[in-house]
Amino acid sequence: MKDILRAIGNVFLKMPKGFFVTLRHFFKKPVTLDYPRKKKPMTPRYKGRHYLERYDDGTERCVCCGLCAAACPSDCIYMEPAENEKGERYAKIYEINQIRCIYCGFCEEACPEEAIFLGQEYEFSNSDLDSFIMTKDKMLVPHPRKENPFKKMFRRMRKAYGVLDK
Amino acid sequence: MLEMIIISSIKVIIVVIAVLTGCAYSTYMERKVVGHMQHRIGPSYAGPFGLLQPLADGVKLIFKEEIIPDNIEKTTYLLAPAISFIPAILTFAVIPFGKDTSFFGFDIPMVLSDLNIGILFVFAVTSLGIYGIVLAGWSSTSKYSMMGAIRSSAQMISYEVGYGLSIIGVILIANTLSLRELIELQMGPLWGTITFLPNWYIFSQPLGFILFLTCAIAETNRSPFDMAEAESELVAGYHTEYSSMKFSMFFIGEYANMIAVSSVGATLFFGGWHGPFLESFPMLSVFYFVAKVIMFMFFYIWLRATFPRFRYDQLMNFGWKVLFPLALLNTMVTAYFVIL
Repeated sequence: MKDILRAIGNVFLKMPKGFFVTLRHFFKKPVTLDYPRKKKPMTPRYKGRHYLERYDDGTERCVCCGLCAAACPSDCIYMEPAENEKGERYAKIYEINQIRCIYCGFCEEACPEEAIFLGQEYEFSNSDLDSFIMTKDKMLVPHPRKENPFKKMFRRMRKAYGVLDK
Repeated sequence: MLEMIIISSIKVIIVVIAVLTGCAYSTYMERKVVGHMQHRIGPSYAGPFGLLQPLADGVKLIFKEEIIPDNIEKTTYLLAPAISFIPAILTFAVIPFGKDTSFFGFDIPMVLSDLNIGILFVFAVTSLGIYGIVLAGWSSTSKYSMMGAIRSSAQMISYEVGYGLSIIGVILIANTLSLRELIELQMGPLWGTITFLPNWYIFSQPLGFILFLTCAIAETNRSPFDMAEAESELVAGYHTEYSSMKFSMFFIGEYANMIAVSSVGATLFFGGWHGPFLESFPMLSVFYFVAKVIMFMFFYIWLRATFPRFRYDQLMNFGWKVLFPLALLNTMVTAYFVIL
C-alpha cells in the first residue's frame, strides 16, 4: 500500500517536474559549434599564426633588428640580415619554429617596425614536421590586418619621438 | 479472388517497408530529440539535417565484419535475431492504419488482416519477442549476455501481467477484441454526451492508460526499464556477442516493437486513425494514425532523456507491488461500472 501511494505520488507530483526540465532544455539553443563547417569568431587580440607586414609600396617592414628574437621566451625565431640595392637592411632569412612557439605575442610587442603580427588562424595540424617552420614566403602573404590598441599607442609614441613610417 | 491476393500482397509490402523505414527514422528521431534535450544537435552531416544518417548507418552495419564467437550454441545463436525481429513485425498484421477506402474500384480495407481477436493476437505475438532475447543471451555463452537475458525474462514476465491487465478495462467497456471495432466505438462524442471531445478510451480509462504506457515501456526494454541492455553494467546485455547485421536485427526489432506498442496504444486509447474531417478526406486517417504513433515515440524518447535506469529490485517491486495491484483495481472498478 505504501509503495502504491508513493508511486502515485511520484507519477503525479515528481515525474512531471523531470519531464518539464527536459522539455525546457529541448527548446533551448544547442551549444554545439558545427566546427569544421562553421568557425568560432576569435577575439580581435587573439594570437594565432604569424604574419609579416609590408609597407604600402610593397617593401618589407622587417629590418632584421633581432628584437623579436631577443624578446622571444621560447627562442623560436631565427633570422639572417642582408642589405638591398638601396642599402636598407632586410631579413634574408626569417624563420619561426611553430612547434617551439608558445604564441605569447612578445615578438609583436617588441617589434619597432610593426612588421610581425599574430593573426587569427589556429589550425596548424600537419603530419609533415618541416611544414611547421614558418618561412618568409609563408608569412609575407596578404592577410586581414587586425587593429591592435597597443599598436595605435606605440604609433602615437613613435610620432611623438619623431620616428615616422615611410 | 486473385485481385484480393494482389491487393493484400501490395499492402503487405507497403506496410513492411513503411515499418522498416519507420524503424530507421525513429533512430534518427531519437538521436535528434535526445541531442536537443542535452543541448546538442544530433546527426547533421549525412544529407540535409543529417536525414540520410539512418541510411549511412544501415550501410555501415551491412558491411561490418561478421564475428561469430567460438563455443556458442550455433543454431540458436543464428536463430535468435530472427526470433526477436519477426514477432515485432508480425504485430502490424492486425493494426488498422487508416479508414477503409476504395481505389480504382476496389474496396481496400486499410488493415492487413481484420482478425476478430486482433488485440489478443497482438499480445500473444509481442510476448514471443522475449524468446529471441533469452535465446540470444543463452546461446552466446557470455556472462554479460546471460545476465541481460535473465533480467529481461524476469522483467518481461513480471510486466506481462500488468500489461495484459491494463487493457482489460478497455476491452470490458468495448466488449470486443477486434481492433477495427475498437476504433469504431471510439468515434462519436465522449460518453454519448460531451460533443467537443471524442470518445477515446483515454478519457474513460486514464489509470488504465498510465499502466499500459508504463508496462509497454518495460515490455519493449526501453529506458528507464532497459535492464536487458544496461550498457553501463552489462556492456550491451543480451546482444553483446552479436555484430553486423545480426546486431542490427535486434536493433530493428527493438524499434519495431516500440512502433508496434505505440500503434497499439494509439489504437486502444487514442482512437487509432480517428480524427476530424475524415468524411471529406479519408486519406487523412493514415496521417492521423502516424501522427499519434509519432507522439508515442516522442514520449518514449522524452522518457529516455529524462529518467535514469531502475535498479533490478526496484523494477521487480514496482512491477509486482504497484502495477499489478493497480491494474487489478482498475479492472475491478471498470467491471463494476460496466455491470451497472
